[in-house]
Formats: sequence, C-alpha cells, structure tokens
Amino acid sequence: MEPRTTDLPARSGEVPSSIRETGSRLSRFLSARLFRTITLVFAASLLLWAGAVAWLLFVASKPAFAKFGWGFIRGTDWDPVNGIFGALPFIWGTCVSSAIALLIATPLGLGLALFLTELAPQKARSPVSFMVDMLNAIPSVVYGLWGVFVLAPLMRVHVDPLLVKSIGTPFFGPPDTGLSLLTAGVILAIMVVPTIVSISREVFEAVPDIFRESAKALGATRWETMRLAVLGSSKNGILGAVMLALGRALGETMAVTMVIGNNPQISANLVAPAHSMASVIANEFTEAVSDIHLAALSEIGLLLMCLTLILNVLAHLLVWATTRKFKAVRA
Amino acid sequence: MNFDTASRRRLVDQVMVALCWAAVALAAIPLVAVLCYVASQGIHRFDLNFFTHVPAPVGDASGGMANSLVGTLELVLIASVVGIPVGILAGIYLAEFGKAGKFAWAVRFTADVLSGVPSIVTGIAAYTLIVRPMHHFSAWAGGVALGTMMIPMITRTTEELVKMVPRSVRESALALGIPEWKTILGVVVTTARNGILMGVLLSLSRIAGETAPLLFTAFNNNFWSTSPNQPTASLTVQIFTYAISPFDDWHDQAWTGALTLLLLVVGVNLMARIFVKRTGRAVG
Amino acid sequence: MKMSKLVLAGATLLGLGAMSPAGAVDLNGAGATFPYPIYSKWFFQFNQETHNQINYQSIGSGGGIRQMTEGTVDFGASDAPMTDEQIAAVKGGVFHLPTVMGAVAVAYDIPGISSLKLDADALSGLFLGTITKWNDPKIAALNPGEKLPDLAVNIAHRSDGSGTSNIFTNYLSKVSPDWKSKVGFGTAVKWPVGVGGKGNEGVAGLIRQIPGTIGYVELAYAIENKITYATLKNSAGNWTEPSIASTTAAAAGALADMPEDFRVMITNSPGAAAYPICGFTWLLVHPSYESSKDKGKTLVEFLRWAYVHESMASALYYAPLPDELIAKVNARIAQIKF
Repeated sequence: MEPRTTDLPARSGEVPSSIRETGSRLSRFLSARLFRTITLVFAASLLLWAGAVAWLLFVASKPAFAKFGWGFIRGTDWDPVNGIFGALPFIWGTCVSSAIALLIATPLGLGLALFLTELAPQKARSPVSFMVDMLNAIPSVVYGLWGVFVLAPLMRVHVDPLLVKSIGTPFFGPPDTGLSLLTAGVILAIMVVPTIVSISREVFEAVPDIFRESAKALGATRWETMRLAVLGSSKNGILGAVMLALGRALGETMAVTMVIGNNPQISANLVAPAHSMASVIANEFTEAVSDIHLAALSEIGLLLMCLTLILNVLAHLLVWATTRKFKAVRA
Repeated sequence: MNFDTASRRRLVDQVMVALCWAAVALAAIPLVAVLCYVASQGIHRFDLNFFTHVPAPVGDASGGMANSLVGTLELVLIASVVGIPVGILAGIYLAEFGKAGKFAWAVRFTADVLSGVPSIVTGIAAYTLIVRPMHHFSAWAGGVALGTMMIPMITRTTEELVKMVPRSVRESALALGIPEWKTILGVVVTTARNGILMGVLLSLSRIAGETAPLLFTAFNNNFWSTSPNQPTASLTVQIFTYAISPFDDWHDQAWTGALTLLLLVVGVNLMARIFVKRTGRAVG
Repeated sequence: MKMSKLVLAGATLLGLGAMSPAGAVDLNGAGATFPYPIYSKWFFQFNQETHNQINYQSIGSGGGIRQMTEGTVDFGASDAPMTDEQIAAVKGGVFHLPTVMGAVAVAYDIPGISSLKLDADALSGLFLGTITKWNDPKIAALNPGEKLPDLAVNIAHRSDGSGTSNIFTNYLSKVSPDWKSKVGFGTAVKWPVGVGGKGNEGVAGLIRQIPGTIGYVELAYAIENKITYATLKNSAGNWTEPSIASTTAAAAGALADMPEDFRVMITNSPGAAAYPICGFTWLLVHPSYESSKDKGKTLVEFLRWAYVHESMASALYYAPLPDELIAKVNARIAQIKF
C-alpha cells in the first residue's frame, strides 16, 4: 500500500494540492493511461496524415493513370484542348532548374560550411551563421518578387546576352527573355544554400577531431586537412545534404513559377522559358476545366511527392549513417 | 620534399581558403540585395492607408492590404491551434513513451519525410479533404493545411528537447507524488519550454511565409473576411497576385507587402533566437 | 500563459469577424480576368451602397467554370461559353448572363514603334513562331512607314485557363487554317512558342516587362497600362482598332439571332467597322438558389443593379449591352429562383 501523500513529510514548502496526487488508485491509473493514449493518438496522426496525402493524390490521379499509363511520364504533349497530357516537359524543367541550382549551391554551401566549422574566427561564426539563417527565412514569394523585378531583367540585359554570345546554341540562344530555366536555377540556388550549409555543418562538426589532428600532425595545410580529414570522411553526409537540397529545390513553387516563363517545352536552351511540376499545378489546378486535366495535374503532384520522398529517405539514411560512423570512431 | 611542391601546396591552400571566404561574400550578396530592394521599394507605400484599407478596384490608388495582414494572422492562429498541440503531444509521446519502439521509429521517420513534402502537395490534399466536401474555400482549409506543415517540425523539436531534460527532474517530481502526466506537462515540458517555444516560433514564421497551399484553400478575398468559413486574403497570396499584374500601383503594394511580411517573419525568427540566447539555454 | 494569450487573440479575431453589418450577405465568385476591371468596380460600389460583400477572384474563365462545377463558388464568370457537357456537369445547371462586350487587343512593346498593322497572316505567323524577328518582311510590308528593329519576337500568352485565350484562338482558327490544324482553340491550348502569364494581368505584365513582346489582352488592360496595340484587318478587309464602337459593330450581326441561352462567339464578325477579335463575357449563375435564399436574393439584387449601371463599363472601354439585349437578360434573371 502506498502511503497517502498527505502523510509524507513536506520538504521545503508544502507540495501544492493542485498538483498532488489525488483520487482513487483507479482514477489515477485511468488518467495516466488516458494521457499516454492521447499522446499516442497524436503521434499516430502523423502517420495518418502522411497516408491520407498519399492516398488522396493516388485516387485523384487514377483517371489520368488509366488513360495514359506509364507513358504519362514520357509524354511530351500538354494539350488541354485535345485532352492529351504528358509530364515530361515539367519533369525536364524541374530537374534542369534544380540541377543548375545544385551546381551553383553545392560549392557555395560547402565553402560556407567549411568556413563555419574550420576557418571562421570565433567572432565571425555567429554573424555568418545568422546570415545563412536569414537566407532560409525569406519567404519564397518574396524571392519570386525580387526575381521578377530585379533578377530577371538583370539576366535579360546583362547575363543572357553574354552567354548567348560566348557559348551560344544549343545551351544559350534566343528567345532570352530573362524568364528561364537559368533564372529559376539561380533563385533556387540562393534558396537551397542554407540547406546544404546546415546539413554539411552537422556532418562536419561530427567529424572526430582526431582525424583533423592526424592530418595536421603529418604536416597538412589547412586546405589539405579539410580535404582529407573533413571532406574525405564526410562524402556520404555531403551527398545526403545535396539530396535534401535537391528535394527542397524540386518542390519549390512560388519563386520558380514567377521566373520560369511557364512554357511547357523541352529544349536544351537554358535561357528559354520552361515550366516545372510545381508551377503547372499552381497555375492550372483551380482552373482545369476537364476532369482528365485535373487528374493529370494530380498525377504530377503524386510524381513530385514520390520524387521528394525518395530523395528525403535516401538523404536521411546517408546523413545518419555518416554521423553514426563518426560516433563509433569517437567511442 | 621538393621546394616547388611545398610552395605549390601553400598556394593551393591559400586559394582554397580564399574561396571559402569568397563563398561567404557570394552568399551575402543576394541576401543584401533582396533585403535592400524590399526595404527601398517597399517603404514608398508603407503608410497608414496600406494598413487600414482593403484593396481598391483597378485604377484606384487608395487601396491597401489591411485585410491580407489580418488574414495571415487569422490563418496562423488556426494553424497554431491545429499544429502546436498535436506537435507537442506527439513529441512527448516519442520522447517519453515510444522511445525506441518500432512504432516510434515509424513516426519519427514519417515526421522527417513529411517535412520534405512540397507545400503545394499539402495544398492539393487540403483542397480535396476540406474545400471539396465543404463546397467552398475557407480560412479553415488554409489554416489546417498550414497547421499540418507545422506538426513535423514541432514534433521533432519537442522530442529532442524533452529528451534533454535530466532524469533527476522527472524523478524528483514523481517522488513527490505528482502523477506522471502532470510531471510531463507541468515539470518536464516547462523545463524545456524555451527550446520548444523557439521551435514553435520558427515554424510559425515559416508558415506565415507560405503561399502555395493557400492558393487552393483560403483562396483570396477583396474584402474583410467575416468568418473563418469564408475565403480570406493573405499577405503571401496578395503579394503574388500583385507581383504578376501589370499595374504599377499593385507592384508598389507588392513590395510593401513583402516588406511587411519580411518584418513579420524575420522579426519572429529573431525573437526566437534572442529569447533562447538571453535565457542561456534551451533547457532549464 | 502562452496558451491563454492565444485563446484570447483567437476569440478577439473571431469576434471581430462576426461583426459584419446586420443583414449583409457575403457572396463568393470566381472566373474571368477579361472583365475584372469593370467587375471589381461594380462589386466595390455595390458594397459601398448595400454593404453586401461580393468577393470576386479573377482566376481565369477556366477557373470560373471549374469552381462552378465543383460548387465552391456562388457564381462564376467566363468569356468562353460553357459547352453542353460542361453545363450538364454542374449541379442544378447554369444560366449564362452576358454582362458586357469587350475587345481583345493585340498589345505589343517594340522600342520606337507606336503603331503597328497586322493582318491575319502576320498575326498567325507571329503566334505560330514562324515570324521570329520584328523586321521580318511580312511585317515590314504591312508597315512601310515604320522603322522596325532587328529584335526577336517574344510571344506572351496565358498560362491558365482563359476565356480571352478562347476568343483569341477562336479568331485565329477562323482566319488561319494552319493555326486551326496545328493548335485549335480553347481556354487552354498548346502554344507553339512564348512565355505564359497568369491572367490578363500576367500577360500585360509580361508585355510591359520584356521588350519585343506581343500578346493578347482585353482592351482595358492595354489602355490602363498604356500599352500600344495593333490595328487589325477585319473580315471586310478594313483596318480597325479595338474600341467601343468597333466592338458594338462586331456584335451587331450576332444580336439579330441571339440564341436563347446567350451563348455566342462574335469573332471575325462581318461588318465594315467591326473589330475582328471581340467577345461577350458572361456571369455564370445557378437557375435556383433555393438552398441558400439569402445568397440568391443578394445575387439577383446585384444583377439588376449592374444592368442599370452598364454605363460604368464604357468608362473602361467595354461596350455596354444594347437595350434590347438587356431586356432579354432581365427576363432571364426573373427566372432565377430563390
């Protein structure tokens, strides 16, 4: 039999009756159980919601899948008048703009991460870290606004003509309006740099100091230390960071739709207008007149979700594996 | 070692380190550019009119975005009611009860994966789940869509922080006879509240800046939205609508809207970080 | 403490929200961007006079049709008349009520050029992508006095489902067999070239932003934004500009045998002074609002109010409906049950 709480000697001050255990054993048991159940239900709601989203998209896409099958992914025609829908132009636009973004953001992000973990004087760490956080905090629509009125004209007037003149077709040629894959790629790069920085930082910080010290002991320069000890051992983690950044870039909607030109064409011309999966959904979802059009858009949403899901899962596994490896070394 | 090789290595070292510093400068450029443009362009219409008037018809320059601002606050409020309790309680489950079990692992995994789902997909889901059956766009739908986006982040943050609370705190409370659920809610969570608050504020600032999910849920409204059952304007959707329009007056308002949004989002972000810094730690 | 603050804030907001003027009814509509300038004025003024809030979102005619079908709005708006299948898909059916007539201006931004003549051949060539430079011989031949620059042609079209697109592509299909076979007409087509903008607003924005761009927008958007627009050759062989007079002339022929449900296209109309790219725009309403009487009553009140205020439309370069047509429309409005 437990002693009733009123029998216990008080410590410094009485235990307030509002938080003291009161009531019969049964009611105490039930309230504890109830609390556990409530938290369990809420935890389960995450699984429920994820399942609901997947299922809803799946059901909404069925008519399109029934009509076009796997050819939907290969189809190049997006023709609402004749009811023919193919997702390839959007997949192309999404992938190419994201690839451009990663090409720019990865060296930038890694450089920043290395700076923050290896090179920065103590005073510089905070402001630079803050700067990266601010880049992350700026909403997508604000990037889009800046993209439309500042970046796109800049690209059209200064950058694109230079590229057309120096490198030329097939990668750079008319029409170059400033609304293009390249501009979208640049904006995306700015938006995903913080992702690369934060994950890479996490991985670099987990690298055991013994690695760095061994390199230094062998007479390595700062760069050689970074290359051999930090970058060399974090390859998988960096890959994970890049994949997470890719996942973020793929799903980015507003900034991209405002600068990509909204033209579903597949071309190697990077300064020509294009389209992306998220943009076409944003533009056409509330306006798709025919049911098959709506189903096609939902199927694009499903494809997008699957892509980002796979990337996310792989990325987390990679990062987790890398940091676990380091923990083992440290232990 | 050859002298040439040594000086070459030194050169490479200096170049690479310089490149890292250059990365910092390069990343600073767009940040400064965006902030400067938004501030300088947005300040023109940053007046009382903007904050008290609803949009005026095309050609009339006396409009404002007052209803958008209130709409965003309304949506964030609804999202908080949906997202914060679910997130915190789910995080508590993972930290206190689930721990290493298979179910808990599945929930953690799902939370990480859900945070990577594009927001437009959430919008489609909310449209199908709420707007369609209700037969109208509404702030509820928008708020719920935003709330579900908050849950994964709050869950993980709460879990991490609750785990950080020392066992001794729990044990002393239980020893005093405080029931388990009161221990968790009243003592453990209270101890971790700084960090949890930071997580909540950060996710609030994130959803306040979301546009895509609102396009098919909260829709938009040119007047004051009189109930959560009605479509509502929001800062983000209004900025988008104005930005892609041809009217100069609307462009000006878009910049001012962006300035307001930035102040809101960055302000909340800063608040979260300073709060934690000032109190010293996330836990305790 | 945080929780109670949130609750207090929430209660205040909801309380504020519930404070709408007694008896005021809220309606939601969505659809065409074509008439948005006049609709936004009408709804704003109606609100000033009656305190009823009619929230209209210009998301494109396709959007108006889709949301009417989904039942998420109380009324829609479209410049593309609904097909029989589309009407059948709407619970309770649809009445088309023509509100105004408008002209689709072919607007452009070519540095140094303030007047441009285009015939059907040149226009379809531009939009098909076969004419790629502004100093192309086909265009130069039509504009002998102008110094056309060696600038690339950029086409601006709609990226969303649009009645304006429907009117424009309907015209092109009538005058260019090439266009008809390659693209066709509709609210959303497979554009051979160009950049896509959202709404009339988006296309006008693109034209303003990018030199060398040509696109199609409702006349009000071109004038409101001081964008130059082209003179076109109509079916009678005359050069005409979009205006209230040329729009009214375009509609004249159609008025004679107006179908009972008011669904008719007036592109490439016969008539010496007709502008070739014109169209009606319709409000899409349910025949019966018996399940939401307040909304039905307010909607009908607005409709009657609007047709009395047709003159507001001419200030925005829309051609108001002729009186005989308004009489027919009012007869139709009387059939709306609530």
